[in-house]
This record gives sequence, structure tokens and C-alpha cells, in this order.
Amino acid sequence: MDKQGNTYTFMYAAVLVIVVATLLAMVSQLLKERQARNELVAKKTDILQSVSIESNARNAEDKFKNAIKASYVVNFKGEKVDGVEALSVDMAKEVRKSVEERHYPVYEASLENGEKKYIIQLRGTGLWGPIWGYVSINDDGNTIYGATFGHKAETPGLGAEIDKPVFQDQFKGKQIFDASGNLVSVMVNKGKAPQGALHEVDAISGGTITSKGLEAMLKSFFQGYENFLKNLNSESHE
Amino acid sequence: MEHLVNIFVKSIFIENMVFAYFLGMCSYLAVSKTVKTSFGLGVAVIFVLAITVPVNYLLENYVLKEGALAWLGEGFETIDLSFLSFIMFIAVIASMVQLVEMIVEKFSPALYTSLGIFLPLIAVNCAILGGSLFMQERAYANIGEATVFGLGSGVGWLLAIVGIAAIREKLRYSNVPAPLRGLGITFIVTGLMGIAFMSFMGIKL
Amino acid sequence: MSNDNGPLFSAKNMKLITAPLGAQNPITVQVLGICSALAVTAKLEPAIVMSISVIFVLLFSNLIISLLRNTIPSRIRIIVQLVIVAALVILVDQILKAFAYDVSRQLSVFVGLIITNCIIMGRLEAFALGNRPWPSVLDGIGNGAGYGVILIIVAFFRELLGSGTLTFPGIGTVQIIPDIFYQWGYVNNGFMILPPMALIVVGIIIWVQRSRNKALVESN
Repeated sequence: MDKQGNTYTFMYAAVLVIVVATLLAMVSQLLKERQARNELVAKKTDILQSVSIESNARNAEDKFKNAIKASYVVNFKGEKVDGVEALSVDMAKEVRKSVEERHYPVYEASLENGEKKYIIQLRGTGLWGPIWGYVSINDDGNTIYGATFGHKAETPGLGAEIDKPVFQDQFKGKQIFDASGNLVSVMVNKGKAPQGALHEVDAISGGTITSKGLEAMLKSFFQGYENFLKNLNSESHE
Repeated sequence: MEHLVNIFVKSIFIENMVFAYFLGMCSYLAVSKTVKTSFGLGVAVIFVLAITVPVNYLLENYVLKEGALAWLGEGFETIDLSFLSFIMFIAVIASMVQLVEMIVEKFSPALYTSLGIFLPLIAVNCAILGGSLFMQERAYANIGEATVFGLGSGVGWLLAIVGIAAIREKLRYSNVPAPLRGLGITFIVTGLMGIAFMSFMGIKL
Repeated sequence: MSNDNGPLFSAKNMKLITAPLGAQNPITVQVLGICSALAVTAKLEPAIVMSISVIFVLLFSNLIISLLRNTIPSRIRIIVQLVIVAALVILVDQILKAFAYDVSRQLSVFVGLIITNCIIMGRLEAFALGNRPWPSVLDGIGNGAGYGVILIIVAFFRELLGSGTLTFPGIGTVQIIPDIFYQWGYVNNGFMILPPMALIVVGIIIWVQRSRNKALVESN
């Protein structure tokens, strides 16, 4: 058979495409469930980590059950949305909607010392792809208790450092609103943030675009959760 | 209109594929010996980028994305083929590159020989796949924006390779230490150009 | 996978492994795989992980293409090569995601970088398409290792001078520059972790390599 002929070339391409497509589709279908389960466990690990509870693939489910007492979804106005489960909210889809229309998942964690923390979920864009995070907030609706961030494909050693404790620990104790209750978010700035700064953390050197993306993500989602957080604040004063 | 101009200028200077993202380096370093060949390769890259970005845009929005197949009718809304996006993008790029290879071979055999292995290699030129992936990530509003972005990225790449080629032609008259001649000094000059281009990063459009 | 031309590890075959480590190095001589060399060398750990992954992918893709080499129609060979490499990498990624999620989380960043790494296409085009499977496998290992050596050297200097630390897989970050240096006024060179410095470090490696091996010096 003529190996350079048109028929052969077309046949070859067709066979190749069919074989590869079937193989990939099959693997993707077969493994989908397992992958989804792994992703859910990883999500729970991340949520737990934002309130400084270390867990691994084996004990994440149990620890999650113990620590997370309630989870629900709120809207922009801060009202609970019925019929939507927090864990099943796909943030990749929510982030494409406008701030007012998104669903915002909230997880309530009670710690061993009896304190109650509210964990909110964020998602944004870094340099190469999506970044996401979970921020736990004290019941004053203002002070950050802990934060964890994740990313799909940031530059290793630069932007990818956002998922390291060195960066995340800086967020502890930062505040979202200023004294008069205006939203200021947390800025990610180059150079050393001054001691005791309430709204500032150090950027990652060499990871400027990722840092800026993270800053934008914080701002946009703090805006989205603003009403919910303010309600928390007024409740705790009552 | 102004919006499109912004995307164009931004993709050439501020988000230059070579100097801001350091994509497409291999062919950039290897083929930049003379302005003439680099211009040829640059045009090929523009061509491939300007076609593959919009084609992949259509693929992404009408085939791959979750719910993208809704136009086929009821029952297709929930299909999510996004696991195929990498391989589909690559297939589109590879076929475009193959096309370019055939065209260049036919119309400019001289350019074909001087580009050598680097012509097929623009298929894996990360600038080109990068273009499609950035397009997917930034979710451009319509195909016009995507095309302008592809075109701009290509022009930015051409600008970068012609720039370095011009410097290399001049460098031939300089007394570069023998072991640094050619590739070595090109690496260092590119590094310096990259540092210079960082100054564009503060500009907001 | 036998080779009619002699024993499996004949001198000629061994040269396929050793040449890319020096005089035929993929990065400093063949100019392949630069983008990823810039992206993963800010820290030592990703450089090591990337090197190992590339050796594996290069080995298997070279082997597969070499086995298929007589059937591939030359007009669509680029598509065939890329589709096979991409399918291979995606397959491995999917399997890792299902059965070794932690590993996959670590590696997912590299998936895109590996598929578009021109070292893979470059070796497929230049070697595997025209050679038997066994030499192709050796060529894959050799070039992967040659690539890795440069990556690790660059990452070593960038991390040491840029952050004052070294990060090893499985061990974590180790501070190398003692605190007392910082008290004396030593400052990390933040410039080193920016991508342009990777280019300049590779340029210096080329300088060192070519002053020792005059045969590689370009005429101009």
C-alpha cells in the first residue's frame, strides 16, 4: 500500500483519532468517580487547613464531620439560599457570574476550644490558570483566623508559593473592614509590610502577577460576602 | 473598537509572549541568526497564532466547554468534554503547522531549509499553545477579541525575534569572548532584553 | 527490542546516553526545552521533579514513535507525534488523579509544560523517527538526563543566591546561608529568582562549557 497516498493518510489519521479518543474517553469515564472523590477529600483537607486542622486523605472525612458543624450557601445580600449544598457549589462557574448573582458557600467550624469560625470560599485567576482559597473568619465577621490558597499551574517556586504556609500564615489576624466598617480587603504588597499592618501582607517576590490576581480575588469575594460578614458582626454585638 | 486596540497593544508589549511570559524560547534562540530567517519564522508564527486562537475559541465555546453542545438540541447541555481540550488544541495547532510547513516548502525552499527542524517545532512552540490556553483562561467575550489577541501575540513574538536577530547581526562585529559567541551571548542578551521589557509591566490599559 | 548491530550496551549505544550530558546537551547545544528550563528553576525541587518526569515521558514517547515509525505518513507526522505524546501525558495524569491524588497535585503543574516541551518533539523528529526502538529508548534517557543536569545546576544557583535556601523533594527547604551572614548585611539577590536571570545563568553555563570544550565554539 502506498504509505504517502491520500487514502492511507486519511485512514491513518482516522484510526489514530478514534483509538486515542476512545482510550481517553474510557479512562476519563472509568476514573471519574474516583477522581471526584479524591477532589472532594482534597477540598475538605483545604477547608480544614484554613482553621489550622491538619488532615490527610485517610482522616479528612472524619475530621471534617467533627469540626464542620454546618454548611450552607448565601447570596450577595447575605441571606441563606435553600436547596443548594455548599460542597457541591462549583466555584469555577460561580466566578463567571456577576458578584451580585453568585452563590457563596459558608462552612461553620467549631474548634476544640469552643470558638466558632466561618469559612468562606474564593476563586480567581493567577498567571497561568485558576487560583482558589478558603479564608476562615472570627465571629466578629472581620478578623481573619486563617487562610489557605491553592492553584492549578502557577510557576513553581514563584507564584506557586501561595500554597505555602510562609505566605498563608501572614493572613492570620488581618482585618477585612476598617474601624468605620468600610471594606478595605487585604492588599498584597511588594516589600515588607509594616509591623502590625491590619490590611497588608508581603507579596511573593518574582510572583507579581499571581500576587495581584490573589489580591483581586480577595477583594472581589470579600465584596460578595460583605453583607453576610456584616450580619455576623451585628449578631455578635447583640 | 478601542477595546480591541487595547487588547492588541497589550498583547504586543505588556504581555509579550517572549519577554513577559518567556514562551516560545527554543525557536526564538535557535533561529535568530539573521533578520531574514527570523522574519520568515515570525510571519509563520503570526499566521499560526492568528488562525489557531480563533479556531480553538470556537472549539472551546461550541464543543468542549460544559454546556457548549447545547446547540445540538435537548439533552446535550450537560456534556462536558473539557478533558479533551488540551489534545484538541494541540491537534488544531499541529495541523496548522503542518499546513504552514507545506506552504513554506512549496513557495520558499530557501526559507524551508534554513528553518530546518524548527519549522515543525513551532507546533510545540509554547507561545502557540500558550496563546490558546490564555484565550481559554481569560474567556474573551467574542471571536473578534480572540482573533485580535492571537494576532497581537504573534506580532509581539515577531517583534522580539526580529529585535534579537538585529542585535545578533551587529554583535558579529563585536569582540565577544570565543566560548560565548553565538548561543551564549544570545542567552545573555535575551535576559537583558527581558529585564528591559519588565518596565512595561506597570502599564495599565 | 534487540538491536541487530551489536550488544545492547555497545560503545555506540552507550554514546547515545553520554553524549547529551556533554557535547550534545539538549539545552546548551541543541537549544531544546528552554521555556520549561526558565519556568521550573526558581527552586531546586521542581527542577528535580521536572527532570525525572521528562526522562520518563521522553523514554516512552521515543519508544512508541520508534515502533510506529514505518507506518506514519510523513505529511501528518507532526500531528501523529503530538497526539501520541499528549495522550500519553494526559492518560498518566488522569490515572494519577484517581489513584495517587497527592502526587498528581504536585505534578499537575508540569503536565502542560511537558506536552509543549520542545525537547520531546525535537528528539522524536530528530531521532526516534529514523531509528530502532532500543537506541531510541537510550536516546530518550540520555537527552532527558542531559536536560535534567542543566536544570538542576541552574536551579541550584538561582535558589541559593536568590533565596539563600535549597529545597529537596521529600526533605523540604533547607537554609544554606547562615543567619549570621544576614546580620552582617548579606542580602539575597532577589533578581536571581526572576526568569531573565535563568537565561543569564544558562548563558554562563554555556560559556564555561565551551571554554572547556573548544570544539563547540561557534565561528560567529
